Parts: sequence; C-alpha cells; structure tokens
Amino acid sequence: MNLIKRYWLTALASIVALVVFVTPFIFIILMAVKDRQQAALRDMSWPINFQLVENFLAVVQARDYMLITAYINSTILTVGSVTILVIVASMVGFVLQRHPTKWTPVVEFFVMAGLMIPPAVVPTIWLLQGIGLFKTLHGMILIEVAYNMSFAVILYRQFVATIPREMDEAAIIDGAKPLDVFFRVVFPMMWPVTVTNIVVQSVGIFNDFVNPLYYLPGRGNETVQLTLYSFQSQFNTQYNLLFMDILLVTIPPLLVFLFFNRQIVAGLSAGAIKG
Amino acid sequence: MTMKMTTRLARGAALSTAAILLATSANAQTLTFFTGNDQAVVAYSEAVAEAFEAANPGVTVEVEVGPGGTERDNMVKSRLATGTMSDVFVYNAGSLFQAINPMQTTVDLSNEPWQDSILESFKQTVTAQDGTVRGAPFGMAMGGGVLYNKPIYEELGLEVPMTWDQFMSNNQAVADAGYVPVIQTYGDTWTSQLFVLADYFNVQAAEPDFAERYTNNEAKYATSEAAMAGFQYLEDVNEAGYLNEDYGAATLADGLRMVATGEGAHYPMLTFALGTIGQNYPDNLNDVGFFAIPGDSPDVNGATIWMPTGLYVASEGPNVELAKQFVAFAASPEIACDLQMEVAPVTGPFLVAGCELPEDVPAGVADMQPYFEADGRTAPALEFLSPIKGPNLENLTVEVGSGIRPAAEAAELYDEDVRKQAQQLGLEGW
Amino acid sequence: MTTVALDTPKATSTPKALRKDLRYPSWFYLPAGTIYFILFLVPTVASLYFSLTRWTLFNSTFIGLENFQQFFREPFLFQSLINTVIFAVITSGAKVVLGLLLAVLLTSNIALRGFLRSVVFFPVLVSVIGVGITFTVLMHPTQGLINTSLEAIGIDGPGWLTDPRLALFSVALVDIWRGVGLATVIYMAGIVSIPQDYYEASRIDGARPIQQFFLITVPLVRPAMVTVIILSFIGGLRLFDLVWAMTRGGPGFASDVMASVIYKQYQAGFYGLSTAGNVVLFMLIACLAVPLAIFLNRREVNQ
Repeated sequence: MNLIKRYWLTALASIVALVVFVTPFIFIILMAVKDRQQAALRDMSWPINFQLVENFLAVVQARDYMLITAYINSTILTVGSVTILVIVASMVGFVLQRHPTKWTPVVEFFVMAGLMIPPAVVPTIWLLQGIGLFKTLHGMILIEVAYNMSFAVILYRQFVATIPREMDEAAIIDGAKPLDVFFRVVFPMMWPVTVTNIVVQSVGIFNDFVNPLYYLPGRGNETVQLTLYSFQSQFNTQYNLLFMDILLVTIPPLLVFLFFNRQIVAGLSAGAIKG
Repeated sequence: MTMKMTTRLARGAALSTAAILLATSANAQTLTFFTGNDQAVVAYSEAVAEAFEAANPGVTVEVEVGPGGTERDNMVKSRLATGTMSDVFVYNAGSLFQAINPMQTTVDLSNEPWQDSILESFKQTVTAQDGTVRGAPFGMAMGGGVLYNKPIYEELGLEVPMTWDQFMSNNQAVADAGYVPVIQTYGDTWTSQLFVLADYFNVQAAEPDFAERYTNNEAKYATSEAAMAGFQYLEDVNEAGYLNEDYGAATLADGLRMVATGEGAHYPMLTFALGTIGQNYPDNLNDVGFFAIPGDSPDVNGATIWMPTGLYVASEGPNVELAKQFVAFAASPEIACDLQMEVAPVTGPFLVAGCELPEDVPAGVADMQPYFEADGRTAPALEFLSPIKGPNLENLTVEVGSGIRPAAEAAELYDEDVRKQAQQLGLEGW
Repeated sequence: MTTVALDTPKATSTPKALRKDLRYPSWFYLPAGTIYFILFLVPTVASLYFSLTRWTLFNSTFIGLENFQQFFREPFLFQSLINTVIFAVITSGAKVVLGLLLAVLLTSNIALRGFLRSVVFFPVLVSVIGVGITFTVLMHPTQGLINTSLEAIGIDGPGWLTDPRLALFSVALVDIWRGVGLATVIYMAGIVSIPQDYYEASRIDGARPIQQFFLITVPLVRPAMVTVIILSFIGGLRLFDLVWAMTRGGPGFASDVMASVIYKQYQAGFYGLSTAGNVVLFMLIACLAVPLAIFLNRREVNQ
C-alpha cells in the first residue's frame, strides 16, 4: 500500500516536472517552424506548414549573416573566459579553503563584494580605453573573468572542503612543488566542480548581453545575444523568425550541457565513492 | 548563393581574428555609420550607404544597427562620452539631442552649403546651446494624433471629431457596434504617452508661452488645466471601458494590426507607423486615416508635429571630413527625397526644401496635409520646444491608462520627474 | 591581499607540517586578484566618487550627498525596496525547498531519471532575453497559452504580467523556473556524496523515508544548502535582467525592484544618481546577506 502510494507520488512529481519544464521548450520549437500567419496566433497548435528550412535561412541570412559572425565571436569569448576563469578561480578556491590566514577574511570580503556590487559601466569603459582593450575580444574576455570570478571561487572553495587534506599533503611530502601538486593532484580531483563551473559559467557568459552591449560595440563584434536583441525589433511581427533565433541561440549551451551531462553524473558518483 | 555565403563566412572570421590580433588600424576609407533599428530606417540607411559607396569608389560604409528604445539613449551617450561613437550617427532631435551635450560631442555643421535647403523648423531642433546647427534631417516629419479605421467610420456614418466630446460619442457608437473604440498597447510602454504628448497643440493654443514657462520652472502640468487634459483623456477612455481587452500586454505591432484590419477604431500614434502598416498590411493601408487629438472647441483644432531623427558627425571620429561628405550626400535632394521615397514609406512631409510629396500618398498622410496647408494648425511637440522631458512619463501614463493612478496624481509626479531632469541638465532656475 | 607572500607561522618546528604558505602559497591569489582588481575594483572605487556628483558623463559637478537624498525621495523607491526583499525571499526560498525536493527525486530510483535531470536544467541554458520573450507570449492575458489552457478548464486566468498586484509574482515564478535547475545540481552533488551506509544503517533501525530525509539528508547537505541560499538570495536582491526583459518594472512601477529603479536612472541619464543607487543597493545587500552568510557559515563550522 505504502509502496503504491510512494510510486504514484514519484510518478506524479515526475509528470509535473516534465510538463512545467518541457512545455515552454516544445512551444519554442513549434513556433520556430510555423509560417508567419500561424505563428502570429501564438498558440500551441501543430504547424500547418513546416517552414524549418525557410525560417532557418531567413534568420541566418538576416543583416548580412550577422548570426554567423556572432557565433564565432561568442564561441571565442566563452571558451577564452571560461578557460581563464577555471584556472585562476580554482587556485583561489583551493588556497582560500586550505590555508586560513589573517588575510582570509579580506579575500572573502572581496569575493562577496564581487557578488554584490553592480559593475560601474562608464569608468570601466574609460579604463579599457586607457589600456587599449575597449572593443576587443581580449578586453571582453577579461571583463567576463572579473565579473564571474566570485561565483566560481565560491563553488570551488565549497568543493575543496570535501577533498581529504591527506591527498595534497601526501603529495607535498613527496617533494612536489605547489604548482605541480595543484595541477597534478588537486585539480583533477576537483573535476566534478570544474564541470559544474564550466557549464554554469559558459552558459552565463554565452547568454550575457548587457556587458557586450557596453564593452564590445561595433559592426563585426556582435555576440549571439545581441542578435536576439536586434531581431526582437526587426522581427516584431514575425514570431516564427524570432523564436527560430531563440532556438538557434539556445542550441550551443544545450550542446555544452549534453556533452558534459554524463561527466556531471560520473563526477558526482565518483565523489560519492570517495566520500 | 553558396559562394556568397562562404565569402561572408570568411569575412566574419576575418573580422573576429582581426579583433583578436588587435592588429587592424582603421582604414582611412572606411566610414562607420550608426543608425536606428526600425525596419524601415535600416533599409533606408543601407540604401544610402550603398549609394554613397557607388558615388565614392574605394569608400566602404559600415552600417551598424544599435538597440532600440531607451537602451539606445544609453548606448549613444556612453559611446559619445567615451569617444567611441561611429563616425556618423543617427539620433533624435529636440530634447534628447540636447542631452548628448552636442557642443562637445558633435561637429558644427552650421556653415555647410546644404544647410540652405533645410527647413528652419528642423534646424531649430538640432541647434546646440551656442546657436550652432549640428545635424541634418534623416527621415520625414511625423504627425502625432489618432490613427483611425475608415471603414468603421463609413459603416457607422461617423464624422472626424473636432472636439473631445465628439470623440467620446464616436467611441460610444463604435463600442455599441461591437468594435474596440480606443486601442492602447502598453506592451510597448512608450505608446502610452500619445494622449499627453500629441495634445500639445491644444496646450499651446490655450497657453502660447507654455513651453517657455515650463522650461523656466514656472508652468506645471498639475496646475495647468490645458496641460492636465492629456492625462485626463487617458483616465476618461479607461474609465469608460473603451480600451481593448489586452491593452496591458498588446504591442505596437498588435495595435497597428487592430487599426488596419478594423478590429479597433482609434489608435493614438505617430504617423511613422503608417510605414509599418504599409509593409505588414499593404491592402489595408488606405483604410487608415489620421486626425489630430481634438480639444475643447471645434474652432481650435490642429496637429502636433514630430521632427525626424537627425544625422550627426561625432567629433572624435577619425574621419570627420569623409563623414561631413556623407552627411551632405544624405541631405541632398537626390537622396533625402528621391531615394528615400523609393526605399522608405512616405509618412509625412520632407524637411528638405524642394522635396515634393508624391501624388499617391497613403490616406493617413493625405489626411495630414490640410493641417500643414492651413496657418496655425500645427505645433511642434513639446520635446522640440523645451530641452526637458521627464523620463518617467511613459510609466505614469501606463498607470493612468490602466486605472492604477488618477490623472491628477500622475501629473504631479510627472512635474517632480521634470524637475529632476532639469536639474540634471543644469538649467537655470531649478 | 595578494602581497601577503610570507607571513611565516610557527609551524616550521615539526618536519611533517611544512610551512603552510609553501604548500598553499598566497601567490595563487595573484592571477585572479590582478584581473579582479584592475577591471572590477578600480572602476568601482572611481564610481564611488561619481555618486557624489551630478554627472552627465561629459562633466561632473560635486554635490555632496544630494544624490542620496534624491534617491531616497524617489516616489517609487520605497515600494521597490519592499518588492526587492519580497522577490529575493520568495525566489530563494522556493529554490532552496524545490531544489532540494527535486534533487532527492532525481537521485532516487525513478523512471526517466537521466532525462528528467536534463530537463530540470534546460531552463538554465536559455538566455534571459529568450526567456523574457517566451514567457511574455505564454503569459499574454488573452492569447497566452497559460490563460487559454485555464480557459479550457473553465478558469478565467488573470493578467499575469499586466495586473499590478500580480506582475512581481509572475516574474518571481519565471525566475524560480529558470533558476531551480542550478540549485538542484548543487544539491545533487551534496546528496550523492552522502555515504549510503547511513541510509542502510537507519533502514535497519526501522527509519522511514521521511525520517531519513529529515535526519540524514537535510543535515548532511547543509554545505550545499548554504551555497544555494547565499547565491540565490543575493541573486534575488540583485536581479535585474529578468524583470527588465519581462515587465520593465511595469505596469507603471508595480514590479520595480531596486536594480530596475537604478537602471532607469541610468537610462534617463542621471548617472550620478544611479551610481548613488548602486551604493545604496550594495549596502542593502551587505546588510542582509553578510549577516546571513556569517550566521550560516558559523553553524557549519560548529557542526
């Protein structure tokens, strides 16, 4: 009796989760393949005319193939900043957790401050101009690193606490240098949280539109979110194209997630054995 | 097609690589051009750029489309302040123009030969505080008033209203016939301001010195009966239940569909929207007419006029001379009249002397003509007469139009908003 | 913070405990610290000065604390302050609770587990603009899928985003939808690292699943819970982009939060004022979040 009740409860929870989380995506996909008239109704109906290819081409070709330039820029931006972020933030998270000194509260204050203080746009532009990084992908990468640092550090610090101290201490006694210990011993053990960081940060940075709007203006510098932004007014009566753009813009983060999904699960279970 | 796509791809890749290597110095023959993001404006901008490239071999014009709405104000200001604006840029005339500190950020164009052919009424709105003219018109003038559905008017035998009371009784007749009397679209908040802003002809008719006294901190919306009227109208149409059911979520595009296809009778709007109607509902374009927001008396009736956006040269750009040539080119009758008529929909009169409207203008534009032809039947919108426009107006008008806040209270809050703006501009007497 | 190279502790005495700063060198802070200092701290400090000026971007006049006075005089500030706190409490509370329940569900033996795990995380992947466009369409009062579905079962749906009493809560709902997947993943990492022995031992002792949940799972996922609480609470207090993409603070000012009021000042060109607003928001977050973080971390240490 109890078993059946539990079974139903679980099934019900799963179904509710499915409906709540999947429906909007089905809606996006259906809208993206409809023709213009049907899309204008904005309902959940089945597409009468499948216009997958037409809509896709219309969005890709819009504004002189802006979307393709944007994909290239966004990819460089995301890969570059996430790589730097993972390396520098894991170092901070490691030392911060392992070696509390009188300076630790100061560092923690800055970590919290980074999470809490909204960035100051105009002084940042002046600064970037001063060091010649305004309107460059370099500059934009460093900005994303700076703005997302706190979040990454917090995730790492929390995870380092679950790694037994004996592991790195043993390596040190073997005479390895700190940098070696870190990248050969500790960093691999942090892989699960690194995956979480990669997924969360790359999605966040790929989807960021406010910062590129300010720090990376100019033709040829578009990122994918900015295309959505400009298509929003350009396609304001063509919901099918607007949703096609949403779909296209959502696919890269989806691929990143699906690629790392198994690793997340694998990493999580590895953590379980270790614990 | 495939070929074209590959070269484009290659170009995109090259651009990004260049950005990464930090290597490219600006080619002297490349002109950057920042324009608006409305569909019609983008099409016209690209046509002008192409024509300029054809007329000046070796020159490349890069058209950049920024964000729309208030994000645009933001971006234009921060790029001007940091000296990173494109060589030539399109931006509003009037109060928004004053807020970009034009004496520092734009190039003085007063002595350019083409200025002779620009109408005085436009020049005033792009004149900096030191009296120098900084821009050329980029687009056509627009009327602000009510777009109405002519077939509904014919079906119900209605007359264009000359007073607010007639307008309200027309609304009743429309409601009785089962149509939506007044369309409001607060999904695009700015559209809520039309009853207030387009009523300025009537304000000026009642108080000819309102703009000056308003700028000098003497006249207030809350204490001027004429200025209050716009807020009151918004309250009236909401209280009478004349609005479309989804007014809170509908967008400009919805509103235009409704007025063009006869779902609704009246839509307070600027006439640039006729261009959008022409593109989306070409068959219905001549079903849409225009009349000015009526006031108290049938004898005093006129339209409030909006100036087009201006074309400016950024003062810190590396190509000032080329940029000036480009502006001169865009202000010439061949481009500003002929090319524009060819590419962009006609939405109102030109501001370049010698430009004639074609014979077959849309019905809505034809309805504007009588206002322009008669003496004293037009007035510029307040934002072209005074540098102060409070940024919260659209939120307040949404509140009044949704019945969240009474008109009188909104007018008082708006006066407070205006005070803040005036202080920010550093005006005397605030 | 990065120049603390060698404050030698007395630990050198025993051979096993090598000097800690050699094992965990402070220069590890340096790369991150440099980027953070130059690109974040310097502009932030510069902006503190501008919060005391009337600033047009082109020039600035020193006006002392007038911006702060003006900011507190903003007619809608008080409402937005309340909205901010309501929003942060609702969204972080829901993420903490729903995230934990979902994580328990998704780490148990259920059908479609792998698929459900992905599905819960999907919304995290969509950009705010995409979410904004999609949900404004879905929540449309007359044509939206939500209300047409409700209508089909005889319920007259409300104006989710157009009713001033509801708008803030609708945005909060979407924020929970979008953010709960992240909370769930953080929880899941905590749950799978709980040794299975605990559950088996308690099962032998006759504990029911519900008791196991409260006596084993909840206490042992504490570190994950602390992370979820702090991140989602601060995120909620700072939230701007979703409000902007969905309602722009409207209708009127009904769903304005601090961050959107500040952004509006910025947009309107009141740069000094908006910088002052940033300082106020920072204070507010610091006053609410720092004690919370200290409280939660202290209890963590005590355990």
